[in-house]
Amino acid sequence: MGDMIKGNIAIAEAAVRAGIKLYAGYPITPSTEIMEYLSKRLPEVGASFVQAESELAGINMVMGAAACGVRALTASSGPGISLKQEGISCISDEELACVVINVVRYGNGLGTLYSAQCDYHRETRGGGNGDYRCIVLCPGSIQEAVDLMATAYELAEKYRIVTVMMTEGALGQMMEPCELPDFIEPKKHPWGFDGKYTYKKIGIFDRNSMDEAVELNKKHEAIKAEEQRWEEEGLEDADYVFVAFGLPGRSVQGAVKELRAEGHKVGFIRPITTWPFPEKAFENVNKDVKGLISVEANATGQLIDDVALTIKKVIKDRNVPTFCLPCVYGIPSMKFTKEGLHKIISGEIKEAY
Amino acid sequence: MAKARKVPAIIDNPMSFCPGCGHGIVIRLIAECLEELEQDQNLIFALGVGCSSLLGGGLVTDRLHCPHGRASAVATGMKRVQPENTIVAYQGDGDAYSIGIAETINAAYRNENFTMVAINNTNYGMTGGQMSWTTMPGQVTTTSPLGRDCEITGNPLKFPELVASQFDVAFAARGAVTSPKNINKLKKYIKNGLEAQINGEGYSVIEVLSPCPTNWKLSPLNSMKRIEEELIPYYPLGVFKERKEN
Repeated sequence: MGDMIKGNIAIAEAAVRAGIKLYAGYPITPSTEIMEYLSKRLPEVGASFVQAESELAGINMVMGAAACGVRALTASSGPGISLKQEGISCISDEELACVVINVVRYGNGLGTLYSAQCDYHRETRGGGNGDYRCIVLCPGSIQEAVDLMATAYELAEKYRIVTVMMTEGALGQMMEPCELPDFIEPKKHPWGFDGKYTYKKIGIFDRNSMDEAVELNKKHEAIKAEEQRWEEEGLEDADYVFVAFGLPGRSVQGAVKELRAEGHKVGFIRPITTWPFPEKAFENVNKDVKGLISVEANATGQLIDDVALTIKKVIKDRNVPTFCLPCVYGIPSMKFTKEGLHKIISGEIKEAY
Repeated sequence: MAKARKVPAIIDNPMSFCPGCGHGIVIRLIAECLEELEQDQNLIFALGVGCSSLLGGGLVTDRLHCPHGRASAVATGMKRVQPENTIVAYQGDGDAYSIGIAETINAAYRNENFTMVAINNTNYGMTGGQMSWTTMPGQVTTTSPLGRDCEITGNPLKFPELVASQFDVAFAARGAVTSPKNINKLKKYIKNGLEAQINGEGYSVIEVLSPCPTNWKLSPLNSMKRIEEELIPYYPLGVFKERKEN
């Protein structure tokens, strides 16, 4: 077991070890420790750190570095990630690879400083203008976040796509024991600029959107087929299956253990990728399941939409009820989840779909 | 040694600018300077949005079509990870000075080591001639139909003068494409800017007063006349920040 380390610091060091050549960003709670740490650390390893004038500039600096085929990073939280959407959409359009960390905080507009998962829809649907997706990784522990950092770049580069590491305020701020990965020296990608025009490109007005759409769909299908990641338990005989990711996902695991000990046939799916959504996990769910329950840290329920759509694909002969337990912000206690199940069984909480 | 080729290799491609437009002259000068400095095979362009977008199809070199106004931030990222490459941000006045003023001014503020060429034709060309921050007082555009009222829109922005007086940049100048004499001077400015970058001296900006006959609704010749008679008295030509080594 490794030393105790704060989530944001561990993620930042993991990014250094994944071989990033540039970080550009703007301070915002609860993500700021990432850039503070990198401001000192990156010059030590011969990489660049830029405190950008805005989130907008930060993501565009990342775009410039990504165009050169090297690993680049930016990190922020809710409203800062909103500003970055223009750049993320353009990076996606140019099929460049980079990683964006969203240490999610609760709220609309400026939001609050509470830990939350309220950016689920934005991250999993692309976020900016147009018709694209980002691969979204949702770690449930500091160790998992650290282990996913190199993976985040490998996926981004394999598919030439943006990977979003969606953590939560609490994960960034808390400490856990953590083993840090070894250093990687990534290769510069052949499609990166070298000044010699080795990799040919056509102008924006020469592009064919119809052909590109075919390629985009092929890419998305390949990602959906190959890159679903999740953790599951107790699905085969479950009356009720909980679906939760990140820290709520971890809390739900504990609740499921206790509920099982109390005699309830329950299981859980903890998506690690929320795009692609782990549809394959739902194929393992008991065909006679009485309901699926999302537990999520937002006000209105967002993950529930993907849960309902996915179970509809898997169990076609009837409508499986889906329920939502939104805790608004923070990390739901095991008690919250257990009481939620009882309210669902008693009929106090109605199905969402 | 003299080169046999007439057109620099990186621009030997058709570009669809309007008749009488100044972009072509400026691109030719940049390409000639890059060739003469042996940087044309060590080159990345960060292209703005607008008529600058047409370079995306025209240039035969590494180039990225940047989000509107953000070319100076993109160029910053490029230069930081590949300082050995020559980076040129090519933008119009609307792109660089209106929507992109934050990115543009902050690159100058940090003295980032790249070169920006800003085409100032006093309006948004690609979208059909709207008012920009360099539109002249009283100038009629599609969004200042009664003529620009500086009381409510502010005064035309002089970017090279601004950065030369306020920031520690390497080189700042303004040229024009109105006569062989001015074109020759402009080429010297562009070359100086690129040399400053190659020597690691820091940020260089060259603004170019350039005609937009289509949106000005003037003939190409009268457009040149407008620059000479109306623009140059407000936007003086010359070097506002000399290189320290010169």
